[in-house]
Amino acid sequence: MYAYDELDRTLINERVSEFRDQVKRRLSGELTEDEFKMLRLQNGVYLQLHAYMFRVAIPYGTLSSRQLRQLAHVARRYDRGYGHFTTRQNIQFNWIKLAELPDALADLAEVGIHAMQTSGNNTRNVTSDQWAGVAPGEIEDPRIWSEILRQYTTLHPEFSFLPRKFKFAITASAHDRAAIKIHDIGLRLHKNAQGETGFEVMVGGGLGRTPFIAKTIRTFVHGSDLLSYVEAIMRVYNQYGRRDNIYKARIKILVHELGIERFAQEVEEEWQQIRDGALKLDDSVVEEIRSRFTYPAYEKLAHMPDELRKAAHDPHFEAWRRNSVFPHKVTGYAIVTLSLKPVGGPPGDATADQMDALADLADKYSFGEIRVGHEQNLALPHVARRDLPALWKALDKIGLATPNVNLVSDIIACPGLDYCSLANARSIPIAQELTRRFSNHDTANLIGRLHINISGCINACGHHHVGHIGILGVEKNGEEFYQITIGGRADENAQLGSLVGPAVPYAEVADVIEDIVEAYLALRASPDELFVDSVKRLGVEPFRERVYATR
Amino acid sequence: MPLVKNGKISDDAFVHVVDDAPLPPDGAILISAARFLEDPEAISRRLGKTGVVWPNNRDVDDLVPYLDRLAAVALVFPTFRDGRAYSQARLLRERFLYHGELRATGQVLRDQFVFMLRAGFDAFEVRKQADAEVFAQTAKRYSVFYQPTGDGRVTALNRRMQLRHSESAGL
Repeated sequence: MYAYDELDRTLINERVSEFRDQVKRRLSGELTEDEFKMLRLQNGVYLQLHAYMFRVAIPYGTLSSRQLRQLAHVARRYDRGYGHFTTRQNIQFNWIKLAELPDALADLAEVGIHAMQTSGNNTRNVTSDQWAGVAPGEIEDPRIWSEILRQYTTLHPEFSFLPRKFKFAITASAHDRAAIKIHDIGLRLHKNAQGETGFEVMVGGGLGRTPFIAKTIRTFVHGSDLLSYVEAIMRVYNQYGRRDNIYKARIKILVHELGIERFAQEVEEEWQQIRDGALKLDDSVVEEIRSRFTYPAYEKLAHMPDELRKAAHDPHFEAWRRNSVFPHKVTGYAIVTLSLKPVGGPPGDATADQMDALADLADKYSFGEIRVGHEQNLALPHVARRDLPALWKALDKIGLATPNVNLVSDIIACPGLDYCSLANARSIPIAQELTRRFSNHDTANLIGRLHINISGCINACGHHHVGHIGILGVEKNGEEFYQITIGGRADENAQLGSLVGPAVPYAEVADVIEDIVEAYLALRASPDELFVDSVKRLGVEPFRERVYATR
Repeated sequence: MPLVKNGKISDDAFVHVVDDAPLPPDGAILISAARFLEDPEAISRRLGKTGVVWPNNRDVDDLVPYLDRLAAVALVFPTFRDGRAYSQARLLRERFLYHGELRATGQVLRDQFVFMLRAGFDAFEVRKQADAEVFAQTAKRYSVFYQPTGDGRVTALNRRMQLRHSESAGL
């Protein structure tokens, strides 16, 4: 965990008091809604279909049990008793009252949580691998650098009014769990031949109506140069990014229009002017940040304790263990993913009671730490393997042991037309119907790893382009229709999916998805060939033929 | 529209002169970049200080050769959300070492004051009287800063390092 010091806490409190003043001015009429809009957006407050929505940052997806309890408190005290975890390590509350927002922020500030820059045209929450610091084979903990970036981007005096929003993601593992290639800047931590830490910098990724996979702008930027290099990119973007059309304002469009070589050259020229300036990171500064991350005092434990051996006879436990429990860098420990995708439930939602109960379980079994991943699931990052059976029973009681992690019903979905003023179509009911269709665990296991991502409009908050199966809601003559793509992925081999056929009406979506899955089961080379690999090998055509021949 | 300078509401020493109006023979003037660049020499020979309103979509590089003869540069925020002039301001101050008045014009509200001060602005044409009146306290709203800019405020990182050093020195 990163421990905020007095300076971090002071800044958050100053922000709360500023926001209190802004809300007061809005309520008194001193600020028009138009003027207030820009200010509230800088604090994660959207006006949705029914109410204000409040988005809170969970930087690099790390939460303490105390922080999770405070999120539960906010859900209970200011909202309707639940929160919604998003694809960018944020949590959203959908029913907040404007006049109470400053109090909610002040409550969160007590535990070092804030909503700064969770919306608006600025640098958003810096996201990272939810397994950071515990994944086997990781080069080093990317959260040190995420925190450096969090501080650097918070209330940046030059880059708080960018052409459009700006998102960073960072990973230090070979397998990318942070979807860095669909971010404005994606950072892959690696070491050079001298063993020094640096980053492959990728730029211009993003989804929305013009999706792009990020391009590598530099294969190695030394850690000490990270901030100056990032500042150079953002300065070029701030000055030359388009501001005439919000749909063309993201950095991906600038990179695309200039071409990556030209863009890289502009950045290089700017960087050479500033790289030896005040942004240079001394080792001592990095160490200072590193020293405020604490790690559990792990015990020396057996890899296969008796408790686990015994529990292996219980098929329900085994079903859960096989898809929810992952290897940890320390022998005898495991990372446990908690599915927020119960059958028939909205993806990513957790009730205040669940959050409180989970905070207790984290204290008991995970050194008081919880993680949030971009797949809208949670994780306990340091569970002793001997505790897995007991933890499973406790999770099952609070509805957090659905054994579907990475399976077909582990669906990513945006809030869609049920909440969002931008949406063209509903997302949540589609997800709910699909979890019911695929609720048979044996069938889901037979299908294997398959990610379905659903967005209720072209803004792509549900990351439909990079779902193995992507579902995009559109509006056609006042009716909800859905375009379906296959073959997308968001990992180190990130790729955009391809359309499988014409859009289908709401009532037919689940049937079409079932047909696609059946086609896959018939077409796959072997049970080991994942859906996304079959699509890669065969292309879209055989799927189209089977799914649309009779439609 | 009130002008805030040196932290308080002040009289504006500069007169905005629109492009087709004749230039007054003396006194401080603020004119457009286009008019200034038409004949910088002639304008510089005038009695009285010269200030230039520089658009936010033109590189400040074009203004750099003339900086030493300008008493003011006014940068433009056509809307609250258009932040290009923050980059221009930092470049003028930090890269081109411009020391004259750097004025923020356009949609300038109290919520930008701290950002603008940090970027190097020292004069503000504030849209609302009420905002101008609270300038001093608004400017002090934040005491912690994460980024190094040319304004000299010590960053949080450096404060922590100083603290560490004084601790290890036993102070």
